[in-house]
Amino acid sequence: MSGPLTAPLVVEFPFTRSLGPVQSAFLTGLRERVVLGVRAGDGRVLVPPTEYDPGTAEELRELVEVAPTGTVTTWAWNPAPRPRQPLPTPFAWVLVRLDGADTALLHALDAPGPDAVRTGMRVRVRWAADRTGAITDIACFEPYEGEPREGEAHEDEPYESGPYIREFTDPVTGITTPARLDYTYAPGSAQSRYLAALARHRIVGERCPACRRVCVPPRGACPTCGVATREQTEVGPRGTVTTYCVVNIKARNAAIDVPYVYAHIALDGADQALHGRIAGIPCDRVRMGLRVEPVWTDGARHPDHYRPTGEPDAAYDTYKELL
Amino acid sequence: MTREPVAVVGIGQTRHAAARKDVSIAGLVREAALRALADAELTWADVDAVVIGKAPDFFEGVMMPELYLADALGAVGKPLMRVHTAGSVGGSTALVAARLVAARVRETVLTVAFEKQSESNAMWGLSLPVPFQQPLLAGAGGFFAPHVRAYIRRTGAPATVGTLVAYKDRRNALRNPFAHLHEHDITLERVQESPMLWDPVRYSETCPSSDGACAMVLTGRRGAARAPHPPAWVHGGAMRSEPTLFAGKDFVSPRAGRDCAADVYRQAGITDPRREIDVAELYVPFSWYEPMWLENLGFATEGEGWKLTASGATELDGDLPVNPSGGVLSTNPIGASGMLRFAEAALQVRGRAGEHQVDGARRALGHAYGGGAQFFSMWLVGSEAPDG
Repeated sequence: MSGPLTAPLVVEFPFTRSLGPVQSAFLTGLRERVVLGVRAGDGRVLVPPTEYDPGTAEELRELVEVAPTGTVTTWAWNPAPRPRQPLPTPFAWVLVRLDGADTALLHALDAPGPDAVRTGMRVRVRWAADRTGAITDIACFEPYEGEPREGEAHEDEPYESGPYIREFTDPVTGITTPARLDYTYAPGSAQSRYLAALARHRIVGERCPACRRVCVPPRGACPTCGVATREQTEVGPRGTVTTYCVVNIKARNAAIDVPYVYAHIALDGADQALHGRIAGIPCDRVRMGLRVEPVWTDGARHPDHYRPTGEPDAAYDTYKELL
Repeated sequence: MTREPVAVVGIGQTRHAAARKDVSIAGLVREAALRALADAELTWADVDAVVIGKAPDFFEGVMMPELYLADALGAVGKPLMRVHTAGSVGGSTALVAARLVAARVRETVLTVAFEKQSESNAMWGLSLPVPFQQPLLAGAGGFFAPHVRAYIRRTGAPATVGTLVAYKDRRNALRNPFAHLHEHDITLERVQESPMLWDPVRYSETCPSSDGACAMVLTGRRGAARAPHPPAWVHGGAMRSEPTLFAGKDFVSPRAGRDCAADVYRQAGITDPRREIDVAELYVPFSWYEPMWLENLGFATEGEGWKLTASGATELDGDLPVNPSGGVLSTNPIGASGMLRFAEAALQVRGRAGEHQVDGARRALGHAYGGGAQFFSMWLVGSEAPDG
């Protein structure tokens, strides 16, 4: 018998964000090559801005434009960038306090090596060519020799620190943030044994040494008694439909045409129903108590579906505890 | 040492909708919290701790969102903790907050629960492509529909009972300005003719997907004495869990639900829930769960829950109104749904439920469940302070 299985599990969704008024202004500003902060109750300018005051919880709405130049307050060298990080070559993660701001912004600094980076160094924004209203509109920061000085931010549009009063047209109100998690999924030794038996077209549960009930699929322990289960017990192949529904809407990950019957099936000898699809009979003729057997297809890990055996229906009393 | 009696002195909720694109997650929880504070006539400074809850992080894709909500909820410099028990989380969150007060660890606690389901898709979040497993299901409805069929078979209930529940809850929602669904043209015929999604569950017997939040301010005897409006007093609260699947699991009437209710009734001195409880807000995401829970919670004997529903007793003008708010069938921001049940129970005994007020409600049950019918949380609130 082979050892426990593993397989990649990728969870990837395109999450959306409703930005609210402050993040909307911040990201729209980046699109227009303007960095906006917000003034807190104590007078400090927070960049990136927050909707609510970190000290008093009051709503913050006074937007303030700050410079695209600033000072590194601390940093860490990233020698091996991963996919989707801001730069493909080694770079420094930096906290930058922009001129006019009282807090620091996290971003990437394009530098030839760690020897070229130091706390206190001067940097400026390198704008992305294509800007959509996202933090990536700042492609990265780059070293900059100038002193903190107001009035030379944009080559074509002088920067003046102070309250930001211009209204943006077509503000960004929502963004899409694709997120991806890569797991190595390990189903454990009990399920690995179960899957190995399935490969031989056998369905094998495990009997609890305490309550003697047969769990299928097995979990390696009895969920009721909390003791390890080691005794393998083949169940089925025939069984009884204990309950079911007719699915009329398609699942995202299922290549099954609707309508189909999703059923709980108590295989003979099992003390717990497992779940499967019923076919080989019209949906409207499936019923509780129907006797079924698995249908295997080449290359599939699980029975493709279960079909009627032609036996008389099981009496309700024989399966009513197995719904 | 006796416990501190716990009073609900402030209740707030957002306007619920399929998508609240006008607010961030922070703005959403803030809206509910500010309404709860306003109801209690308190400020952020009066709150000693914040307990927040929501359902799985996959629903919005923000890992541990509580970490960035401290400023929105006035929690800077205070304890902020997050609770997670799947769909029952809104209830469990309120109970954790209540226990901080009961144990005299904190005097006044703000508790908030939310979900912003439009930021993702709950069906994806619940249907991960787990290796080695057969993808068979589309969302929660397919999971629960076979249990509904089992209930119908076990009790011999007429096939139309579920539609009565949906018709009732959607009409109740018309009286609740915060509810997500306001189906002004609803008729029983429309419910009964709506598409069968997961036979025996129809589209109109299924909860919506909502953005929303709920908040409550809980405090002790001193805080209640200062409250501007009548408080709701917590007479009992409990949580119970069981595995999703095990040999002997009764999905129609899970033991964890029965045990949880028995614990709450014992704490509250309830011996006959049908007579002693005036109104119940039950977590009914699919219509048939009303009669199922009526049995599980002891309002009806086994097999008789559907008769209570069919008799009209659970209508707003019946003698045991169930889900006067419109329930989960009308509003379902999953993480907040449990707290909305708890909050509605409290609104009822405070006499502040507006157009959906049940006359003379003095004792009310708030109920939530989650996961594969495996997490339960409930509280019983009353208009009078508990004895002792």
